[in-house]
Amino acid sequence: MKKTKTSQFFSNNSQLLIPLIAILLLIVFNLIRDPEFFSVGITTNNRGDAVLQGNLVSILNGASELVILSMGMTLVTAASGGQDISVGALAAIAGSVFVKVLKGGPAITGTSVFLAFLACCVVAMIFGCFNGSLVAFFNIQPMIATLILFTCGRSIAYWINGGATPTITSPIISAIGSFIPGIPVPTPILIVIVMGILFALLFRFTSLGLYIQSVGINQGAARLNGINAVGIKLLSFILLGACCAVAGMIGVSRLGLINHETILINIEMDAILAVAIGGNNLGGGKFKMLGSVLGAYAIQALTITLYAMKVPSTDVKAYKAVVIIILVALGSPVVKDTMSRFSKKIKSRSGTVGKEAA
Amino acid sequence: MNKQQREGALRRREPISDTQLLLTITICIFIGMYVMAMLIWGGGFKKPQMLFDILNDNAYLVIISCGLTIVMITGSIDISVGGVTAFVAMVGVMILNGKLSLFNGIIETLSLPESWRIVFAMLMSLLIGLAFGAVQGFLIAHLEIQPFIITLAGMFFARGMITIVSVDPQKAPQDLMDILQTRISIPWLGSVNKKGVLIPARMEIGVVIAVVVVVIIFILLYKRRLGRCFYAVGGNRQSALMLGVNVRKTRFLAHLLCGILSGIAGFVFMMHTGAGNATNATAAEMNAIASSIIGGTLLTGGVGNVIGTFFGVLTLSTIKSIVTTSGLRDPWWQSITTGAMLCFFILLQSVVLMRKNRGKNKKRKEDGKKDEA
Amino acid sequence: MQEDTVLTMRGICKSFPGVRALANVDFTLRRGTIHALMGENGAGKSTLIKVLTGVYPMDEGEIRIDGIDGTINIRSPQEAQNYGISTVYQEITLCPNLTVAENMFIGRTQKKSVDWKTMEKRAGELLENLGIPARPKQQLGSCSLAVQQMVAIARAVDTDCKVLILDEPTSSLDDNEVSMLFGLMRELKTRGVGIIFVTHFLEQVYEVSDYITVLRNGELVGEFTVKDLPQVQLVATMIGRDLDSLSSMKKGKASALPTDSSVYEAEGLSSTESRPFDFHIAKGEVNGFTGLLGSGRSESVRAIFGADPVTGGKVKMNGKNVKISKPLDAMKHGIGYLPEDRKRDGIIADLSVRENIILALQVIKGMTHPFSRAKAEAIADEYIRTLAIKTASSDTPIKSLSGGNQQKVILARWLLTHPQYLILDEPTRGIDVGTKTEIQKLVLQLAEEGMSITFISSEIEEMLRTCSRLIVMRDRNIVGELKDEELTQERVMHTIAGGGE
Repeated sequence: MKKTKTSQFFSNNSQLLIPLIAILLLIVFNLIRDPEFFSVGITTNNRGDAVLQGNLVSILNGASELVILSMGMTLVTAASGGQDISVGALAAIAGSVFVKVLKGGPAITGTSVFLAFLACCVVAMIFGCFNGSLVAFFNIQPMIATLILFTCGRSIAYWINGGATPTITSPIISAIGSFIPGIPVPTPILIVIVMGILFALLFRFTSLGLYIQSVGINQGAARLNGINAVGIKLLSFILLGACCAVAGMIGVSRLGLINHETILINIEMDAILAVAIGGNNLGGGKFKMLGSVLGAYAIQALTITLYAMKVPSTDVKAYKAVVIIILVALGSPVVKDTMSRFSKKIKSRSGTVGKEAA
Repeated sequence: MNKQQREGALRRREPISDTQLLLTITICIFIGMYVMAMLIWGGGFKKPQMLFDILNDNAYLVIISCGLTIVMITGSIDISVGGVTAFVAMVGVMILNGKLSLFNGIIETLSLPESWRIVFAMLMSLLIGLAFGAVQGFLIAHLEIQPFIITLAGMFFARGMITIVSVDPQKAPQDLMDILQTRISIPWLGSVNKKGVLIPARMEIGVVIAVVVVVIIFILLYKRRLGRCFYAVGGNRQSALMLGVNVRKTRFLAHLLCGILSGIAGFVFMMHTGAGNATNATAAEMNAIASSIIGGTLLTGGVGNVIGTFFGVLTLSTIKSIVTTSGLRDPWWQSITTGAMLCFFILLQSVVLMRKNRGKNKKRKEDGKKDEA
Repeated sequence: MQEDTVLTMRGICKSFPGVRALANVDFTLRRGTIHALMGENGAGKSTLIKVLTGVYPMDEGEIRIDGIDGTINIRSPQEAQNYGISTVYQEITLCPNLTVAENMFIGRTQKKSVDWKTMEKRAGELLENLGIPARPKQQLGSCSLAVQQMVAIARAVDTDCKVLILDEPTSSLDDNEVSMLFGLMRELKTRGVGIIFVTHFLEQVYEVSDYITVLRNGELVGEFTVKDLPQVQLVATMIGRDLDSLSSMKKGKASALPTDSSVYEAEGLSSTESRPFDFHIAKGEVNGFTGLLGSGRSESVRAIFGADPVTGGKVKMNGKNVKISKPLDAMKHGIGYLPEDRKRDGIIADLSVRENIILALQVIKGMTHPFSRAKAEAIADEYIRTLAIKTASSDTPIKSLSGGNQQKVILARWLLTHPQYLILDEPTRGIDVGTKTEIQKLVLQLAEEGMSITFISSEIEEMLRTCSRLIVMRDRNIVGELKDEELTQERVMHTIAGGGE
């Protein structure tokens, strides 16, 4: 009985295999290349606090925005069977609002940062709602619907700050972007953990997961079972909007400025990749958020590895692409099929050989 | 159903197809917009040269969009096209400069005569486009991997390769560019300037190539078996298979064609700018998708037309010209207006198709009623 | 190969992981005959067809076709077509975005260019020949389903075919269209085409077929001529046991029920798809809507459930006015609805049996009150047991179950909500005879326990067995109501046909 339970566990979670293998391979590769690669040290930063440092930390830290966005992207993908390509632009808008509100106030205090965060959340959720209503009410493919904000989102961000790239300096902002005094773990990692817990609670205490999967698999049937399919799709886009706001806030806080053109550039593509590498069907339906999160970390680990190998940052894309194609190809059903057939053949052949020998 | 009713059914006028309807809307809106621009801002818009400028600047986009339209008709997507275009342009410039270095290998072309260098660049463009199309097509059609992911990786790869070829922006030698940038003068469409001198309208060779591509692809889609197979695969892949269409081959060929067209587009881009740069043709893939959509191609597949795509490119670039002419000089207006326009077209299409389908259902029911009576 | 045979299949075996779909099956098709292929769901009919059309490769066996020496190996639908084997599937396998003419000719020639004029002319002639009401230039998507089916047949007929396979071609056609199709089949028969006819409708088999081959559990039961195999025996052969249980079933005691206690009552109810109608159902009553396909019977029950946007009318439940405008309203008032099209509207294919069972109750409870995993598992296991659903575990995706078991899962979903009024639209369509009987029995049992049930079926006999009151619809209007001694096949037919009053 116990055996079947474990095998069931594996068959249920087989989609996590690819990102896990990817991460594992990267770890082994790095350890062979440089046994010290994952050593985590403690250094003192310029404010005199003891903080953790090392490649592992920079992978976890650097992936924060990507992880958060891929969480939201998983929901949108599952519910609507399409992807939101405007998340980078939306995060830029959210970041601009964040800065705008802080700049508008007299001094940067905890309250004003909180208010700014609320404001950017609301704005990002409204834009998410816009995307969502195009998809849910007008039945437009998500990629097409979000192409609109992809095209003009960064310009809107520029416009919000009146054509400037303002900077904000404050200990609170740097606490969000790097370290809270006294805590050696980078804050973005903590924010990711909080977001993870929030989503875990959401799925634990509501049946949102069941609703989203039902809508994604068979919208008509979901409707006939009383599920408000339009509402669920809208909700998934709004949740993604909130994720964008958090990611935008982290992005702004890291640098202490908003540059609409560079902040979280191309992150939409990485987020979609994370969802795909995590074994989720881009056509919607069943999903595992953990897969996307692992996928996101795999992507970031790959990037950091390439940097560590002294690959120029501009060239990283090319190598990343090759690895991604290999990963995705390994996960493709056709390749899996062929491989299992191949291994069966070998098995049967060795079987017959064995018989002959006997 | 008796004979009389059958004949009645046959006599009914053919309803306009989805493709035709969306195409008509796009052309009408483009013409309307252009005429409006002529009336309100006059000046530049009244001169034919304005239209030629738009064409000269966007010839490459027309070619990319044609490729993308094909892929979208088969129900797939290719977002590597912009990257491939930029990569091809960079390689082309390097060849014209006489030295293409890739990783540690260097291809010397300096010793070649100038015309041969151009031919070599042309061949390389086609070859690179072909390679991208073939690899992506294989992965998508034969390994059945999501096209979005594959071509996304393709885009990363192409963009990464640009900087591997050369980190610094490159410029093609002027003497070669003079040959490549030869313009065709059309005196009878020219305009007279203030001094009374006739300035003929000028068109680049790239535009001719683009128009030829549009015509060829139009014929391919309408008159060739392969073209119709694209539509069939996009309409319903399973059905197409059952109807005896070789779905894998068809999908592969769609991506292959799209790759080749991106290669051609890269060459045309290089002919126009003469520059190789990592930021070349940024977001061209999204502009191409937008153009195809404005031209009435549906991402769901099975519906689309290159003529529409051609007008889609024109519409998109005309909006940008209008924004610059109309005095909205802040840098953000161009893309905000583009976004708004895109939103308008997407909503329009969605509403038109929804209404049409609703009408169809109602009509079918009425037919049923008549049959019973 | 004998003189008059056009196709022989010998010793065909085909396995899927864990399932033996075909075990040593023989099949012979003679020239100019219609050969019915019968069997319950999962008997291996569709697997056999798919082997023959090259969709699945066979594991063992040989296929011979007239005109070719030796065995042939069919690897793709295209190859099957080249050998002269054409197929028309139950689901329309045409492209809705192409024109009728293109759909008839695409994929059939190796010519590189398309000659629209000739193609449309030939298509027009063929359509006219067969009396199909479609225009060559028309977009296929704008034709009705029946016409699309006929276009598919026209296409199959036009290819120079020796073997025509019709896989449940009549399930979306009305009587008129069915008889047209039969005319077409007889015409083809005289031309010497061998036709393999797969269907669930027994009457249709006896109307056109010459031979019957019966499969059961992937094995060949035998080949019979129609004369030698009466209908009752055919059913017995198919399910492998006698139909005692079916015939002994007793109808609900309709007349004994009090009629004043209406559980549900509608007055002038209409939706975007249905015309205004009045309807009521008493506690513990089983009634049914009957009529031809497209008569509005499904649309009416959809209006009751709020599945289509409701446009007007008054609804009372247990005497109180209520408003039901969307499915959730209906569910909250204790109405359950098992939809007609199981694949499209019923199952959530990728979700597990467990999730499919708890779905409706979960929605009624609301999003913020999820079932615990243990609770959901307990519920699912209970219903899997009581309804005898054949599934590996409650974790199995519902799509890997057979049609009948999928239907039971959907039924479990609604029973779990303990509705006071349950609507079953074609619960027995496309499922095997054994499960059919089980479902009918269950309906009567539930009614005895006090549930009100509306039952819809295309098979009038089945409705006569279960319903105590039949509402007859024609042309989207209610044209009659039959009960007690009026409930005879003849009377129902008469009312449907329009001579009832």
